[in-house]
Amino acid sequence: MDRLAYDIVIVGGGAAGLRAAIAAAEAHKSLRIVVVSKVYPMRSHTVSAEGGTAAVLRDYDSYDMHAFDTVKGSDFLADQDAVEFFVRRAPLEVIQMDHWGCPWSREPDGRVAVRAFGGMSVKRTVFAADKVGFHMLHTLFQTTLKYESIERLDEWFVTSLFTEGGKIVGVAALDLRSGTIQAIGAKAVILCTGGAGRIYEFTTNGWIKTGDGMALAYRAGVPLKDMEFQQFHPTCLPGTGILITEAARGEGGYLVNKDGERFLKRYVPEKMELGPRDILSRAIMTEIKEGRGIEGPYGPQVHLDLRHLGEDVIERKLPMVRELVREYVGLDPIKEPIPVRPGQHYIMGGIHTDLHGFTGLPGLYAAGEAACVSINGANRLGSNSLSECLVFGAEAGRSAAEYARSLPSTTILNPVTALAKADESRIFDGLLKREGGESLAAVRSEMQHTMEIHFGIYRSAAGLEKGLSGIRAARKRFERVGVRDKDPFFNTELTSTLELDFMLELAEVVAMAALNRKESRGAHSRTDFPKRDDANFLYHSMAIRTGEGPRLESRAVTITKWQPAARVY
Amino acid sequence: MAEKTIQLRVMRYRPERSDDPFYQVYTIPYRDDMVVLDALNYIKDHVDPTLTYRWSCRMGICGSCGANIEGTPKLTCSVFLRDLRRQPVTIEPLANFPILKDLIVDIEDFMDKLLRVKPYIIREKEKPLERGEYRQTQEEVDMFRQQSLCINCMLCYSACPVYGHDDRFLGPAASALAYRYLQDSRDEGGDARIAAIASTHGIWQCTFVGECSVVCPKDVDPAGAIQQLKAMAATKLMKSMLLPLASR
Repeated sequence: MDRLAYDIVIVGGGAAGLRAAIAAAEAHKSLRIVVVSKVYPMRSHTVSAEGGTAAVLRDYDSYDMHAFDTVKGSDFLADQDAVEFFVRRAPLEVIQMDHWGCPWSREPDGRVAVRAFGGMSVKRTVFAADKVGFHMLHTLFQTTLKYESIERLDEWFVTSLFTEGGKIVGVAALDLRSGTIQAIGAKAVILCTGGAGRIYEFTTNGWIKTGDGMALAYRAGVPLKDMEFQQFHPTCLPGTGILITEAARGEGGYLVNKDGERFLKRYVPEKMELGPRDILSRAIMTEIKEGRGIEGPYGPQVHLDLRHLGEDVIERKLPMVRELVREYVGLDPIKEPIPVRPGQHYIMGGIHTDLHGFTGLPGLYAAGEAACVSINGANRLGSNSLSECLVFGAEAGRSAAEYARSLPSTTILNPVTALAKADESRIFDGLLKREGGESLAAVRSEMQHTMEIHFGIYRSAAGLEKGLSGIRAARKRFERVGVRDKDPFFNTELTSTLELDFMLELAEVVAMAALNRKESRGAHSRTDFPKRDDANFLYHSMAIRTGEGPRLESRAVTITKWQPAARVY
Repeated sequence: MAEKTIQLRVMRYRPERSDDPFYQVYTIPYRDDMVVLDALNYIKDHVDPTLTYRWSCRMGICGSCGANIEGTPKLTCSVFLRDLRRQPVTIEPLANFPILKDLIVDIEDFMDKLLRVKPYIIREKEKPLERGEYRQTQEEVDMFRQQSLCINCMLCYSACPVYGHDDRFLGPAASALAYRYLQDSRDEGGDARIAAIASTHGIWQCTFVGECSVVCPKDVDPAGAIQQLKAMAATKLMKSMLLPLASR
């Protein structure tokens, strides 16, 4: 076992992780920083983000307007101090991306262009056509290559976090190319591993979105916050779950039912297609339930109609939408409407952190979708998440740098090596040698199906109870999952098994938190408790790991300027 | 009605078991909406969990899932089985790269080459962030937009006969990215970048076969970019010979 040691280990190489790496490198040249990722950074799921990144850049806009839109979008569950911090920092982050070469779309005067987005009261979403995540990810990744102090361990899968004396001391990771477990000593660790959409059956998320960092933090004793809040994006391609960006509606697209009617006039008459995602997804489900959906090969759907935008706007501002629909549906959105239905897209919840990315466990930080600061509360507004990756990625990077500098150089390696040995034995002598009768894919499907049926857009006690026992049954079955590929080298069956172990743990947290929240707020809609209940539930759910599963506690919501009010659009 | 099936002939390579690659034929249920990646996933989930390949986004943007399908480099998430006439369908790892395991190839060589072209904005003096963005017209963005669409999927290297013959060649994607930054009005790193690419194994080695541009799933046109780079490098060379003392 090699012994590696760094000041800062960043787990995950998406927008938040790479932004954190650059911030830490710029904070102090002497720091040794490494980005450890189970994929090459340019494969990270940031790459699939499409529509844009929000920031106050215009005279007609203000921090308070962006903050209020975000707080209202969150159904008043966001921490308002975090939101205010966020909106103030987002503009310079977007400008920084320009200075690093991001190919932003432009206004005629050469400034970065902005577009309309759901729940945003004015145009403030900066974009690079509709490949915003792709361009941001590649810009950030290529920029990290400038910094000699940023090293990378590509295709290394982190298996455990280690603490000693109540402090982070490092991680263990499976180096796929050598097929060995390695110990990595670290003064600080930043978790930027994204969300966990793959706990669901129908999701826009890529295969790698398995919540690894959330599970690692949870196992290290850090609370997971607000995990019941799952965002269902209104417009995904049926069958594949491929995302059709909200920018399609920001640029003027219509949602229509089988009668060709713009049905949102019954739900969000003021905002129509620019309503927030939770409300739009519910509206689509209601249309379908009341028989106004359109039958498709994958079940009922509605149509996203872009035809009136014309070829020029679609080619210039939504080229990826056209590319994806032509390729995967075989239709041209210039000539035909796009079939869509809601699908899991984002987790508002995540690793509990403060404004500085700090988790409360000395040395451990988190940022991006993996974290919950919280600015998203019960429903995230589209285009806030990329800005969140930048703002809080940078902040976590700086905080970790400061913390790492404050620690003396010690022999942190020794405990890590011993701890990693134990992990090596857990994985190679335990998991890899296990001859169980259960199939990995079957147990994963059972989990995903259970989440889909019982933890979807509408929820009720009966379903949630059933879902929770389903998840627990899947966890039992997991204990008998055998790994058939016995070669340690580049064993993706083994990494999938480790991922499923993480996901099952998170699914249980989602289930418990959803059961516990007996109200409807944002993306969490209980048919048995259809109203928001501020008297009893204006709090964050905090899930703490125990031997018997999660213990739920509550944490007050921080309110600075905006008292909870009815959320009408 | 009997379920339709399709045969896939997949190249396997298990270095821990044997030095020799072999082919394995899988017969699996077929649906019209399946792409090659769906078929690989079906095999991994239901037939043979040892089959090893990379993938993530399954929407043609992460660049992970390239493989040679019937001898042509493609993203496996973008090829529909219904478009493949001949059976069995042969799936092999991308050519011109060392194979690590089954369909997974070693792309470290590209990662080194990417670093060499300095794929980031270089400026003599930074403008403070508070003073805003560098203004750029849409026309200026369009000067490099096409090359900025490269997803690093490696299909172009797999198709390039020059790279296949001599892996010291800088190759299509890295060259296209060099061009992308050279064409960006915000960048001032031209001299350093041209020096890095106008070398023996840099752009001059390209014989303009153009296969890279044919297989590129994002229409980046690396071949065109390399021709432009040659012109830029030649102009610079001429200037340095003709005007040794003048400003370049």
